[in-house]
Amino acid sequence: MKRTKIIVVFVYILFLMLPIYWLLNMSFKTTNEILGGFSWYPQNFTLDSYITIFTDPTWYNGYINSITYVLINTVISVSFALPAAYAFSRYRFMGDKHLFFWLLSNRMAPPAVFVLPFVELYSAMSLFDTPLAVALAHCLFNVPLAVWILEGFMSGVPREVDETAYIDGYSFPHFFVKIFMPLIAAGIGVTAFFCFMFSWVEMLLAKNLTSVSAKPIVAIMTKTASTSGYELGLLAAAGALTIVPGAIVIWFVRKYIAKGFALGRV
Amino acid sequence: MAKIKLNQLAHSYYPNPGSDEDYALKSMDYDWDDGGAYALLGPSGCGKTTLLNIISGLLQPSKGRIEFDDVDVTQRTPEERNIAQVFQFPVIYDTMTVAQNLAFPLHNRGVEAQEVERRVADMLETLELSAKADRRAQGLTADEKQKISLGRGLVRYDVNAILFDEPLTVIDPQMKWQLRTKLKELHQRFKHTMIYVTHDQTEALTFADKVVVMFEGEVVQIGTPEELFERPSHTFVGYFIGSPGMNILPCAIDGAAAIVDGHRIPLGFHYNPPAKAKLELGVRPEFVRFAKNTEYGVPVSIERVDDVGRHRIAKVHLGQHSINVLLAEGEPVPSYNIAVVCDPIRSGVYANDHRIEGQALKEASAW
Amino acid sequence: MVAKTVNQRAWFLVLPVLFIVALNAIIPLMTVVNYSIQDTFSPGVFFFEGTKWYQEVLSSSRFHSALGRQFLFTAIILAIEIPLGVAVALAMPRTGPWVSVCLVLMALPLLIPWNVVGAMWNIFALPDIGLLGYGLNWLGFDYNYTQQPVAAWFTVVLMDVWHWTSLVVLLAYAGLSSIPDAYYQAAKIDGAGRFAVFRYIQLPKMKRVLIIALLLRFMDSFMIYTEPFVLTGGGPGNSTTFLSIDLVKAAIGEFNLGIAAAMSILYFLMTLLVCWVFYTLMMRGEDET
Repeated sequence: MKRTKIIVVFVYILFLMLPIYWLLNMSFKTTNEILGGFSWYPQNFTLDSYITIFTDPTWYNGYINSITYVLINTVISVSFALPAAYAFSRYRFMGDKHLFFWLLSNRMAPPAVFVLPFVELYSAMSLFDTPLAVALAHCLFNVPLAVWILEGFMSGVPREVDETAYIDGYSFPHFFVKIFMPLIAAGIGVTAFFCFMFSWVEMLLAKNLTSVSAKPIVAIMTKTASTSGYELGLLAAAGALTIVPGAIVIWFVRKYIAKGFALGRV
Repeated sequence: MAKIKLNQLAHSYYPNPGSDEDYALKSMDYDWDDGGAYALLGPSGCGKTTLLNIISGLLQPSKGRIEFDDVDVTQRTPEERNIAQVFQFPVIYDTMTVAQNLAFPLHNRGVEAQEVERRVADMLETLELSAKADRRAQGLTADEKQKISLGRGLVRYDVNAILFDEPLTVIDPQMKWQLRTKLKELHQRFKHTMIYVTHDQTEALTFADKVVVMFEGEVVQIGTPEELFERPSHTFVGYFIGSPGMNILPCAIDGAAAIVDGHRIPLGFHYNPPAKAKLELGVRPEFVRFAKNTEYGVPVSIERVDDVGRHRIAKVHLGQHSINVLLAEGEPVPSYNIAVVCDPIRSGVYANDHRIEGQALKEASAW
Repeated sequence: MVAKTVNQRAWFLVLPVLFIVALNAIIPLMTVVNYSIQDTFSPGVFFFEGTKWYQEVLSSSRFHSALGRQFLFTAIILAIEIPLGVAVALAMPRTGPWVSVCLVLMALPLLIPWNVVGAMWNIFALPDIGLLGYGLNWLGFDYNYTQQPVAAWFTVVLMDVWHWTSLVVLLAYAGLSSIPDAYYQAAKIDGAGRFAVFRYIQLPKMKRVLIIALLLRFMDSFMIYTEPFVLTGGGPGNSTTFLSIDLVKAAIGEFNLGIAAAMSILYFLMTLLVCWVFYTLMMRGEDET
């Protein structure tokens, strides 16, 4: 019984790791070696691809652009969602349920539907090709998600905490920042993680809302793929590097991750 | 129904326990009679639940054996041991109805459908849940849920023992009393061996024929409620049972007298305490009183008098030690020449926290 | 649970969110609606067309087949990912140092940009240089996803399972870790077997998170675009052209704005409808507890 369980988990993780291994494997090969045929590990181990990425500004700027809009988006999503989630978790007000569903419904909106209108909208606001445009566009799905997760965590905090604080003479903003936010610190961390994650992995909007100066790494990869022939080694290295920020972030929240995925309300 | 025997039993949660400190349960040998109602009493963390889980088989002891009716069951699962156990917080199967919950342990054991129906109906009646038999168990109140948990143990008439792990924690005080009475009633009816873990002395003393007091992983006394009260065999028992607990005063022993802070307190027995032991005099507030006018007593000063419902308790000082004195109804608090007298027969002497016995005096001085 | 207090001023707390989501949702949605009922021949010149595009979309076999493929794909991946995720979650250790390691490794695919996922699998599945493609051919299967529709479907489904099953695992695991030990102990005492424990304890406790998992996986798989687009480009032929791919083809590739907009609206409404059903079920489940 115990052994079957270990085997199930092991096989599953192995299945997850194989494609990642293959990506790493290729990233240490030259393009010629990759195209030359099948091999389990690099025959001529090379770091050339990584060196190119870290020295060529078109490449590393891509990472900087991506991280910029992801961070802006995370900050906006969390800070906007905090008061709203508090309202939903503590009060009843006219249309609250409909509003909540409407918010969630935006999480369901297929980005493909919004590509063209977004390009028009952000061009009209002269934000096209800026990290801010992508950050704002990603709010479409990240803000509702943040409200949802935070609301779950906040509902887990007994209402007596608020009442005691008000009786002790705290004003709402003071109470919220000094007392309430520390209580849901784990929830804020998990929410930030999710916003980071969904903004980091999205590419349809990110690609179409930028052209030159704010191009995210994922778009640079597709461009490279089409213009300079198939630089497979370089592409593999660039892809492998896109895993790194997520892996770092996930390591920080590993303790809360299971609970966060349950949206705090299990 | 079975006699339970613990043989050199000890348990540690560490894989390689070294010193005594590592043991949650220190080595113990006890026999628990068939059909007895036992209460396991002790503060949080004293090893009560550990012992209970070892008896039920949820936990494997690190050392020693456990026998039911002289058969070694140490390696058996809870199911094979045929044990029922009720936990601190109600455990119910959310998706089942009340009746299905009660039938569940019987179905799992392949009891015939007709018999299941009969016993479930009987149990619903006993627990006064008949009206809710077909309701989903999920929506019930905490004490109804706990009744179901109790019921799942009690429907199995043939169990070797029923174990309760602080089952009334989540129950309202009013309901607590009712459920306890119910348990007693069921015990009389089915004569199961029952073991009841609690940290509430009232609960233990009203429920059990025999109370097992535990302290820091050891059983310090097994006895009837009277024995625990009259002759606590460990200072912890004296302190833990009774309200307020026993007065425990560091002392020296001189034959049939204890010397506390330079004052002689006469005792009913002649003691030969072991050398170098930590000696203490233990006497319950019930057995201390203020000396009458001419009587010889130990001079004390009164700190305060508390009214605790039926009694009043005077807190007095003897040197740096404080003593609780229970005042009889209407008894005045003396205002000068204040002194206290201890009942010599009911004063005990403790060496390293354990009670020691003395030899009877030729003429025991009366209270 | 104490009833929430009625407070209309709570609206002020919601306003910032309302503003930012409305900016992103309502204005573009209006644009799409606008397109969907008009026609254009040159920039800035529009003609009102009423429901013409809708009728055209609804009667086109191209839309029907994209929709069919979409539902088939979503059904397949849900049928695989939900049970597989639950099974892996059940097999996970409940405590110990390995839990964190497992969770982090399992979460990795979720954090890879979607087009990188597509590109990874694009190469991973190639018959000549990819481990999967090479391995399958070595085992004797005739496998080439760039030419065989069945192989393409297999690859897209396997990729999605690889990419998203962990989300189900993490959710189910969260549900499982919320079950107190006493439940398992009581089940042992009651003599319940492994299946009864699953059926009467674990499954009911996971119900809520599983509904969330189902909801998220439905939404995301229904709007899947990037990964299959990068992997197969919708081909071979149109065999893996799902709704979003078809939509972008119509809008950008063929510049059929009216058609694309009408499709968008229909597509969005369908997702909304299914999710509304889920959401209602979920909220009802919540009221019971």
